[in-house]
Amino acid sequence: MSAIHQSVSHMIQRQQADERVRKISPWRVLLDRPELGSIAGTVLVFAFFGFFAGDSGMFALDGIINWAKVAGYLGILAVGACLLMIAGEFDLSMGSMIGFAGVAVAIPPMYFGWPLWAAVLFAFAACMALGALNGYLVVRTRLPSFIVTLAFMFILRGLTLVLSTTFANSTIVSGVGDKFTEAPFVQALFSGTTLHGLFVFLAGHGIVDRFPNGQPVVDGIPKVLLWWAAIALVCGFTLARTRFGNWIYTVGGDANAAKNVGVPVRRVKISLFVLTAFCACLFGVLQVAEFGSAASDRGLQKEFEAIIAVVIGGTLLTGGFGSVIGACFGAVIFGVVQIGISYTNIDSDWYRVFLGGMLLIAVLFNHYIRSRASSGK
Amino acid sequence: MADDYILELDDVSKYFGTVIALRGVTLRLKRGEVHCLLGDNGAGKSTLIKTLAGVHAPSSGQYRVEGQPVYFRSPREALDRGIATVYQDLALVPLMSVARNFFAGREPRRKLFGVIPVIDMKYANDTAREKLAEMGIFVRDAGQAVGTMSGGERQCLAIARAIHFGAKVLILDEPTAALGVKQSCNVLKLIHKARERGISVIFITHNVHHAYPVADSFTLLNRGQSMGTFAKADISKEAVLDMMAGGTEIQNLVDELEGRAA
Repeated sequence: MSAIHQSVSHMIQRQQADERVRKISPWRVLLDRPELGSIAGTVLVFAFFGFFAGDSGMFALDGIINWAKVAGYLGILAVGACLLMIAGEFDLSMGSMIGFAGVAVAIPPMYFGWPLWAAVLFAFAACMALGALNGYLVVRTRLPSFIVTLAFMFILRGLTLVLSTTFANSTIVSGVGDKFTEAPFVQALFSGTTLHGLFVFLAGHGIVDRFPNGQPVVDGIPKVLLWWAAIALVCGFTLARTRFGNWIYTVGGDANAAKNVGVPVRRVKISLFVLTAFCACLFGVLQVAEFGSAASDRGLQKEFEAIIAVVIGGTLLTGGFGSVIGACFGAVIFGVVQIGISYTNIDSDWYRVFLGGMLLIAVLFNHYIRSRASSGK
Repeated sequence: MADDYILELDDVSKYFGTVIALRGVTLRLKRGEVHCLLGDNGAGKSTLIKTLAGVHAPSSGQYRVEGQPVYFRSPREALDRGIATVYQDLALVPLMSVARNFFAGREPRRKLFGVIPVIDMKYANDTAREKLAEMGIFVRDAGQAVGTMSGGERQCLAIARAIHFGAKVLILDEPTAALGVKQSCNVLKLIHKARERGISVIFITHNVHHAYPVADSFTLLNRGQSMGTFAKADISKEAVLDMMAGGTEIQNLVDELEGRAA
């Protein structure tokens, strides 16, 4: 008897609870996800290039590796830039940091006889310290990160040039490639490809195309893609599932509110500047490993490309909203467009026009999503 | 018995350079009472609550919590003693979900695969929904953005959060200032509920109509000084209204206007 009574009163309560609640369609739920725009964009560019370059080999395995590598390099930057942007800051020094990391890896072994592993560690330590300095200046002075990191964008680019010309008497420090072949452990981490055996196996069974000499057209999965996947997984997981991730959203959503609920705002921001510096340094080291040299103009404008990829990925420029998956799709769009355009008959000069257009559409779309999310329509 | 008071400010002054923000203010908050702090703009209400919340240290005078003198160096320390302040900005992030806001800075954690610490989202969602339901607010799912809630619901969310995290004293800074009649009523009900749970409340407002129904006592501030504390039994609503800066002024204005009209 009392059980019935209880369940009835429970039902009444439930009805009261639901009185002001309306059903929303799954479509609307989907529309509230930050990465929706970038997934739609990815589908769009795939459709576009599938139509104009479908039979050009762009979507054959070697073609895929081509654009995936571009996406991978940018993706590494975009993931770091994404977390920082969600926390409400920018790092415009990322591109210059890439060049700086390159000479920081190349010069010590070439001119001071350091072992390569020590130089790599040194480069990461130096870049991350610079990232911490960036962050410290931003949180201490409360200046916009735009200005502080703009200063570092010039300082680091200039410093890279000075170091390169001082030691190598050229804007390129070359010959590091040999050092990589002498250091198997560092090489295993940063150069070439992996899973070579798998591709040989697949080629043997005719699944993967072969060169006339019997080698598969694709050597293996480039290391850059593995790094990208690892960083995206770790950062995506951290953002979505951990306490630190919640702090990132809170700090970017409202720094003052974050402070009032006890989130260590400064620590969060500084660690994310260290993360972007780490990502930029990783990019630089991977490029030195790939090309066997460190050029002082490497990474030029990459900071903007990273920001574009992140914004296309649905992250708000003002912070507080975004996702790592979105940023990764943004990077894929970049890679597909940049490489794909050379597979079509379209003049590749249109590449930037296309990207600028994508960026504009993405920003307008994000703005719409945000005003919807915060007004609750 | 001094121990009856959960919070006491004894002859507290606060100076900002040459400005005297508070001069010799004495305020006593009994356990489980709703104490209403009234005063016009510039009366020192904000400075007073920031002193209670641990943002400002008093320039002179003593601050006692449960009879013991305290010297808070940060709001965190006040919070650890169970003194929670809900400011007008509510410390909520509109783009984040209800549950994530509820637990922001104090996320419940569990171990994924026994090693990786992650937020226990299920617990967070369930608890946030449950605590809000206790306060009479029913959310569709705790994953909805706070931006979709009304001003009154947000106010209640902020208060429910403070109560959940063990507030013994709630300091509410003009919780009804930006709200409509019905939403204000909900917030007032919530204050009453908090009191029933034995939580002491300091309620700052301009609005006597909001203050009078829920308050047990009133303290009036004017130009940085306390005009005295009154129990509800000793004072009528009209008298409270009169005492507030503005009460007499408005009466004068009415007289003047009517006089001119006549």
